[in-house]
Amino acid sequence: MINRLNVTSIYVLDKEEALDFYVNKLGLEKGNDVRQGDYRWLTVRVPGNPEPEVSLEQPGPPLHDEATAAQLRELITKGALGGLVFITDDARGLYETLQARGVTDFTQEPTEHFYGIDMGLRDPFGNPIRILQQGKVAQEATA
Amino acid sequence: MSREVEDLNRRLLRARDAMDRAYAEPLNVRAVAAVAHISEAHLSRTFRAVFGETPHRYLQRRRVERSMFLLRETERSVTDICFDVGFSSLGTFSRTFREIVGETPSGYSKGHGPIVAPHCVQLAAMRPRVVARVAMQSSSFGEAAGAAAP
Repeated sequence: MINRLNVTSIYVLDKEEALDFYVNKLGLEKGNDVRQGDYRWLTVRVPGNPEPEVSLEQPGPPLHDEATAAQLRELITKGALGGLVFITDDARGLYETLQARGVTDFTQEPTEHFYGIDMGLRDPFGNPIRILQQGKVAQEATA
Repeated sequence: MSREVEDLNRRLLRARDAMDRAYAEPLNVRAVAAVAHISEAHLSRTFRAVFGETPHRYLQRRRVERSMFLLRETERSVTDICFDVGFSSLGTFSRTFREIVGETPSGYSKGHGPIVAPHCVQLAAMRPRVVARVAMQSSSFGEAAGAAAP
């Protein structure tokens, strides 16, 4: 039996730029930052939550040949790859905080749905991020 | 070469997001082109090469998808929904809806009830299947490579 989700990963074009965005703009904290030869194992996570960690992966060797890496970079920048969904207890407050930190790539302002208030944005590379403030209905449905 | 493609993709994605945010307003080609830092003359061809359909068609399809949601989830009239999602004529709305969904807005409204799932799941589930085929036919790697050349 599997107990927990430990690490998930997203593709980014540049790990350093990704780290700056996810930590200094979005408000996550740096998790692991370990170099093994040419490889840098770099993760971010929600402050106060050791798990799950989000590994920031750059297309390229040793996993991908250059042609494959180029395809992945095209898909990232088209917004065609998977993203992340976070939970907040104050979507509107966070929206203002993110704007104050210089985040501009919002795909959706905080919007009310039956399941709560959610908003959307993109990281600097095109990956979609959704942030949800769960509503009463959503909490009852999952209880 | 690759960097140029990625940069262009990212700018066009930003333009596509801008259309999504302002879907109910008339398509402002100049504003969309400005977001992408691309000339109005090149916007349509380049957007299609990257996303498989022209900006105009993309916006129409998104409007129709939003109207499908409103037709299912609300009691609003077809005419109200037509204007809600940004169409300025009921004739264009009905024709475009039939093209994309394969049935009339009122027929669709009668045949479908609310779906209980998060918004993104609903959108994915209700995405018109006809469009996927059209998009596949109208897109080719040849176009994308051609458009990316300086």
